[in-house]
Amino acid sequence: MLYAILCYHQEDVVGCWSKEHEDAVMEKLHAVQERFARDGRLGPVARLLPTTAATTLRKDREPPLVLDGPFAETKEQLLGFYVVDVENLDHALDFAKELGKVNPGGSYELRPLSLFFPGALKA
Amino acid sequence: MSELAWIEAALTSARPQAVGALLRYFRDLDTAEEAFQEACLRALKTWPVNGPPRDPAAWLVFVGRNAGVDAVRKRIRTTELPSEEVLSDLDDAEASMADRLDGSHYRDDVLRLLFICCHPGLPATQQIALALRIVSGLSVRQIARAFLVGEAAMEQRITRAKARIAADTVPFEAPGPVERAERLGTVAAMLYLVFNEGYSAGATDGDRFALCEEAIRLGRLLLRLFPAEPEIMGLLALMLLQHARAPARFAPDGTAVLLDQQDRGRWNRRLIAEGTALLEKAMRHAAPGAYQVQAAIAALHSGAATPADTDWAQIDLLYATLERLQPSPVVTLNRAVAVSKTRGAAAALELVEPLARPLAGYFSFHGLRGALLLQLERHGEAREAFDRAIALANTPAEAAHIRMHLDRLQEESAVRG
Repeated sequence: MLYAILCYHQEDVVGCWSKEHEDAVMEKLHAVQERFARDGRLGPVARLLPTTAATTLRKDREPPLVLDGPFAETKEQLLGFYVVDVENLDHALDFAKELGKVNPGGSYELRPLSLFFPGALKA
Repeated sequence: MSELAWIEAALTSARPQAVGALLRYFRDLDTAEEAFQEACLRALKTWPVNGPPRDPAAWLVFVGRNAGVDAVRKRIRTTELPSEEVLSDLDDAEASMADRLDGSHYRDDVLRLLFICCHPGLPATQQIALALRIVSGLSVRQIARAFLVGEAAMEQRITRAKARIAADTVPFEAPGPVERAERLGTVAAMLYLVFNEGYSAGATDGDRFALCEEAIRLGRLLLRLFPAEPEIMGLLALMLLQHARAPARFAPDGTAVLLDQQDRGRWNRRLIAEGTALLEKAMRHAAPGAYQVQAAIAALHSGAATPADTDWAQIDLLYATLERLQPSPVVTLNRAVAVSKTRGAAAALELVEPLARPLAGYFSFHGLRGALLLQLERHGEAREAFDRAIALANTPAEAAHIRMHLDRLQEESAVRG
C-alpha cells in the first residue's frame, strides 16, 4: 500500500534552526530513511523551498489566476513529503513515528495514494 | 536537548510578531520588550511540561500582555500615582485584544517594529544594531562582536538609539497603502544594510558574517507578510543569490577570491534555486525596481557555468536599467565592466573617464581604469592608475590583485626593454 507522508511544520520556526541543529536533524532523518530504503519501501522524498518561493494557480476561472505565495494561509506549512510502500496504516505510522522522534514539532499527515507515477526525471 | 532547541527556535521566530503586537498594545518599547522577556521565561517553564502551544506567537502575546499589565500596575502603585484612567484604558484594550490577534495586525506590527529602527535621525550602523537587538533579539554581546566593538560601548549605543526613537511619536494606527509602501521601502533598505554588513566581513565564519543569514531570515519574514511585493521578492532574491557564493568567496588562507576565479561548484545550489524562483515570480509583476534588477544581474552570474559563459550583453542592459532607476557613478562603473566584455576596452573607457571626479577616492574606479588602459596598451597611464588604486585598497586582497597587474606591466616592459 502506498502512502504519502506529508510533513507540516511552522516554516519560520524551522528557519530559525541553527545550522548544527539542522544538520543533526537531517542526519538522523537520513538514518531512518536508510532503513526503509534497504527494505525497498522508500519512494520519492522531497523537501520544499520556503512558501515565499511558491506560486499558486487558481484554475477555477478562465483565464486562471496566478497568485504569489502558498495556496492556503495556515499556521503550519507543507515543507516536504515522503512516499512509502507499507503493509498497512500501522506500518506507515511506525515510519512516521520514527521520523518524528528525531524531528519533533509539527505534524505528519498520512495519506494513502490513489495513483502513482514514479516519473521520468532526467538526473 | 532537542526540545530546548525547538523552544529556542520557536521563541526566536515568534519574536518580531510578539514584540510588535506588544508594542502596539503598550505603545512603549521598553515595556513591550520586558513583557516579551517575561513571556519567554514562562514559556521555558511551561512548554517542556505542557508541550508547545499551537500558535507560539499568540501565546507569547497573551502571556506577555498580562505580565506587562501587571508590571505597569506595580509601577503605578510604587510611584504612588494611581491613575484610574490608565488602568481602565488597559482593561479596555485587554478585552479587544483577542480579536485583534489576527494576521492583518501582525503584518503591520512587524513592519512598524522594523520601521521604528529606521529612524532617519540615526546613522545606518545604529539602525542595524537596533534592529538586531529589538527585532532579531540578538544579545548586546552578539551585536558588539559582529561590529567589533566592546559590549559596554554597544550597550550605550543601543540605549542612546532607543532614547532617540522614544522621543519621537511612533504612529500606531494601521498605515494607509501609500505610507505602508514607503515603510516597506525604508525597511527593505535597512535589511539590505544588515546583509551588506555581513557580506563585507572579511570572512565567512565570524559573527559579522552571520548577519547575512539574519537579513535573509527577516527578508523571508517580510515577504511572508507582503507576499505580492515584487521589490521584496527582488531584495530576498538578491540576498540569496549573493549569499549562495559565500562558500567560494574566500581561499583557505582567508584571502578574497574574485568572482571569475571562484570555484562555481561550491556555490550553494539550493539558495540559487530559491533566489531564481523568487526573481521569476517578481518579474511576472512587470514592475521593475532596483533590487529586482540587481538580483537579475546576480542570477546571470549564478547561471553561468564558467566565467566565459556569462551573458555580459544582458548584464550591460540590466546595468543601463539600473542607471535609470537608481543613477550613481558606481552603477555606471559596474556597467563599464560589462561593456568592456561586449564592446571592448575603448568603449568601456569612454564610460569610465567621466567618473574621474565623483569616484576619485574609489579603489575600484582606478583598478578598472588601469585594467582598461592596460588592454589598450597605454602602459604609462595604466601604471599611474594602478598606483592610485593600490593606495586606496581596502583590503590586502585588493592590493594583491592590483600588484599582480603591476608585476605584469613590469615584466612586459622588461621583455620589451
